[in-house]
Amino acid sequence: MSRRDDRAQLTPPVGPHDHAAGPANAPLTLVEYGDYQCPHCGRAYPIVKEVQRTLGSQLRFVFRNFPLTRIHPEAEHAAEAAEAADAQGAFWPMHDRLFERQFALDDDHLVEYAAELGLDADRLRGELDAGTHAARVRDDFMSGVKSGVNGTPTFFINGVRYDGAWDRESLLEALQVHA
Amino acid sequence: MKRAPDFRLPSAPGKYLSLEELRGRPVILVFYPADWSPVCGDQLALYNEVLPEFEKYGAQLVGISVDGAWCHAAYADSRKLRFPLLADFEPKGAVARAYGVYDARGGTTERALFVLDGDGNIRWRYVSDPRVNPGADGILKALEELQSGGVHEPA
Repeated sequence: MSRRDDRAQLTPPVGPHDHAAGPANAPLTLVEYGDYQCPHCGRAYPIVKEVQRTLGSQLRFVFRNFPLTRIHPEAEHAAEAAEAADAQGAFWPMHDRLFERQFALDDDHLVEYAAELGLDADRLRGELDAGTHAARVRDDFMSGVKSGVNGTPTFFINGVRYDGAWDRESLLEALQVHA
Repeated sequence: MKRAPDFRLPSAPGKYLSLEELRGRPVILVFYPADWSPVCGDQLALYNEVLPEFEKYGAQLVGISVDGAWCHAAYADSRKLRFPLLADFEPKGAVARAYGVYDARGGTTERALFVLDGDGNIRWRYVSDPRVNPGADGILKALEELQSGGVHEPA
């Protein structure tokens, strides 16, 4: 009646649908469930970058959306904007831009970022208005809920939820155990 | 199956909610140590966000802590919570004790989850490390099992 897995498992596992940076056959996969308006995710962003730089081709980094829309009213559209950028082949540039400009995530700024990145900004605005990517964001969110995501950011290392500290040293140490 | 202890607690200043009023639908009881503490904040924010999924099972979620009704009101307002917070305030922690999840040393409830069926039986319980947000996956699994376990609502 009260059984539960000791360690939450990533469901579904990383697949072709995911946004992944790094080689598909890397020995290490770090998945982040994140929210572009979440200050903790904002703090994690440069740390993850450093970890990526340090581990190089050893690491594949995957980002999944987990917007907490009731406390972060701009998080949903920010997530959809990253997906809209992905539709134009620019997920990571937009992902990075959103975390770097976390203080300005209203629709007008999202569209401006698209223009700055050389994307079709009108198309992005149209897709935000139409909710074109809302289902994708919801799918990510529900996969997170089912995987035991318990706040943002939540990390999974090679498919298992990582509950430890995520400062640079701790995260590197936790990853290198699997290398 | 264990019967869930009944209760009647303030759900807002001057208002009460009893377990009996929630009969006929699954109930999720979320005992948490305190309003305003960061981990709880994440936990309740998460449930607030997942609420539409719980509602697919017809389930009602209620939070319970030893904080008073005015404290709950301010907290729920600041976090835009869309489910009731019950004040297990006087006598302090009596309901948590009845459910076996009172931490007498800290003077708070433990971090514990219960899923009750529509008849008021405890179908699932989970006591978490107080520092760890237990997430929502266990609740959803319990609701799924409850639904597939032949608890049919009359048409």
